Amino acid sequence: MASISAAAKASSAAFVHKNELAAAATTQRQRRASASASGRRARSVRVRAVATPSRAPRAPASTGSVKSAMTTTEKILARASEHASLEPGENVWVNVDVLMTHDVCGPGTIGIFKREFGEDAKVWDREKVVIIPDHYIFTSDERANRNVDILRDFCAEQSIKYFYDIKDLSNFKANPDYKGVCHVALAQEGHCRPGEVLLGTDSHTCNAGAFGQFATGIGNTDAGFVMGTGKALLKVPPTIRFVLDGEMPPYLLAKDLILQIIGEISVSGATYKSMEFVGSTVESLNMEERMTLCNMVIEAGGKNGVVPADETTFKYLEGKTSVEYEPVYSDAQARFVSDYRFDVSKLEPVVAKPHSPDNRALARECKDVKVDRVYIGSCTGGKTEDFFAAAKLFFASGKKVKVPTFLVPATQKVIVAEKIY
Amino acid sequence: MATATATALSLTEVAPAVLALVPAVSRAFRHRSRVAPHRRPALKCHQSRPLTAVAAAAAAAAGDSPSTAVFHGECFVVGDNIDTDQIIPAEHLTLVPSKPDEYRKLGSFAFVGLPTAAYPTPFVAPGEEKSRYAVIIGGANFGCGSSREHAPVALGAAGARAVLAESYARIFFRNSVATGEVYPLELADTGAWKECKTGDVVTVDLANCIMINHTSGKQYKLKPIGDAGPVIEAGGIFAYARKTGMIASKSA
Repeated sequence: MASISAAAKASSAAFVHKNELAAAATTQRQRRASASASGRRARSVRVRAVATPSRAPRAPASTGSVKSAMTTTEKILARASEHASLEPGENVWVNVDVLMTHDVCGPGTIGIFKREFGEDAKVWDREKVVIIPDHYIFTSDERANRNVDILRDFCAEQSIKYFYDIKDLSNFKANPDYKGVCHVALAQEGHCRPGEVLLGTDSHTCNAGAFGQFATGIGNTDAGFVMGTGKALLKVPPTIRFVLDGEMPPYLLAKDLILQIIGEISVSGATYKSMEFVGSTVESLNMEERMTLCNMVIEAGGKNGVVPADETTFKYLEGKTSVEYEPVYSDAQARFVSDYRFDVSKLEPVVAKPHSPDNRALARECKDVKVDRVYIGSCTGGKTEDFFAAAKLFFASGKKVKVPTFLVPATQKVIVAEKIY
Repeated sequence: MATATATALSLTEVAPAVLALVPAVSRAFRHRSRVAPHRRPALKCHQSRPLTAVAAAAAAAAGDSPSTAVFHGECFVVGDNIDTDQIIPAEHLTLVPSKPDEYRKLGSFAFVGLPTAAYPTPFVAPGEEKSRYAVIIGGANFGCGSSREHAPVALGAAGARAVLAESYARIFFRNSVATGEVYPLELADTGAWKECKTGDVVTVDLANCIMINHTSGKQYKLKPIGDAGPVIEAGGIFAYARKTGMIASKSA
């Protein structure tokens, strides 16, 4: 009986659902049968139109199927350029969150900025330009010191908020503002944040990708343009994904991992591409080790490196920055130009032999090579983690160096950390 | 001993032509010139029409055309993976390129980082400020290494007009176009640097995308420079932006 009334209702509606059609067909006979039995004339079911039932309207974004899948790099650039989605190869104007320059390229960048925007021009945002003298400092070279003076004058004139100045050349500890190597200083001072765009006049700016942001190096002219406008024209790079799984053996450092990768793909293997590092091993690395991975992306020709932000990242940033940030992550369906997988538990320490970063060899293959000098330092190798590893070896091997050994901690904070240790 | 297990799965979803660095980069500059100027608020813009219309109008007015530049002179030949430290060693980076006298000094140091064993002929003769070589011929990944803009600046300041290489590192290419110092041209095929010798007399013809080595008699095809050409001809991105009306001229 219920189905008869349903069919009757359906027949008077504008359309009939196909399920109801079947029901209507079978009950038609029943109704005629019962109608003739009861004497009532049955209304015939006339199908006027068939259509799918209307659905409540759904916003495309909520279904997830209309938005195209993107990698982390594509998402960061899409948001920074105010596009809903981007594909590799597209050229877009990107809003820059942080511009970093140092004493080598800063004066040239400032010269171009003033020449193009005017002597009285102001930088686009005095809190987003970070100026870090770090390359040729604590020296008697007049031109090098003049270059730091140029930076100082500019920062004073522009009221640049973040200028890590050096005034006392005779004693580096007497400089309260001085931080150290620019890339490590940027991280320690909280200028690297997930989801943001950071450009720097230095090839190792890609170091900051460890924080899940887009970070890459540019020249003076591009930087001069950013200084005036806060924007840069960038081409969206495709992403190569590196999946590193397995437990990290105690004799390996992040440097071994990235040298392994560069040896695999060559010094131009990642040219114009992004390198994304994922996997259980990457998740187990601390921020310094993640920075080492991303730092050497440029040695493979890469445009930028990315490590997805996670609890390790958020914990590191606690207390370092008060700027709000929003991390982004590669979609499950994102397309990568190629995939490399490594079982880290099976890797050995590697070295790069002269004269190229991709001239990879196993360390044990080089055990008969006589070493003349050792240098532990720079943005890649001068972090706390590197000195801890060196110290362990030093204590284990009799507390004596056999060749001249130069230790150059990247920043003041690294030196302090060593004192605690 | 266990060896590394690395599986390279090439999930190439993009056509090889797009993966080839060079045409993609040329397209980058083609796209670049089509960006509507109104999206750069800090620069005073005359029009808000798409740049192609502006550029076309300005080009018609200025008598501009696809790059027709021709360079003639001796060539200087280098190999693969020439890095920026070989082009201009770090010790010279205290020279600021935007200062005219230091710009000239950078030119005198161009290519001093090349190992003398492999390259016995210096690019700039001792005591000179400029080079006798107008064209540089190189292999793959030219300009790799640092982001220092001093690298293309040093080459341009020394008088080089064009580099002809099999491929470029990203930042060097970008800096070359942004400064307008040298044309970063791409050879269509590999191996030219092995056949040419430093001192060979060459002609580089951009309009016909060809390099003729008069000394050896061989010719080499070039890939078109595309929209990067007018940017370099104008003298870099800022000069180009002014010439095409994207930003106000300095007197305004």
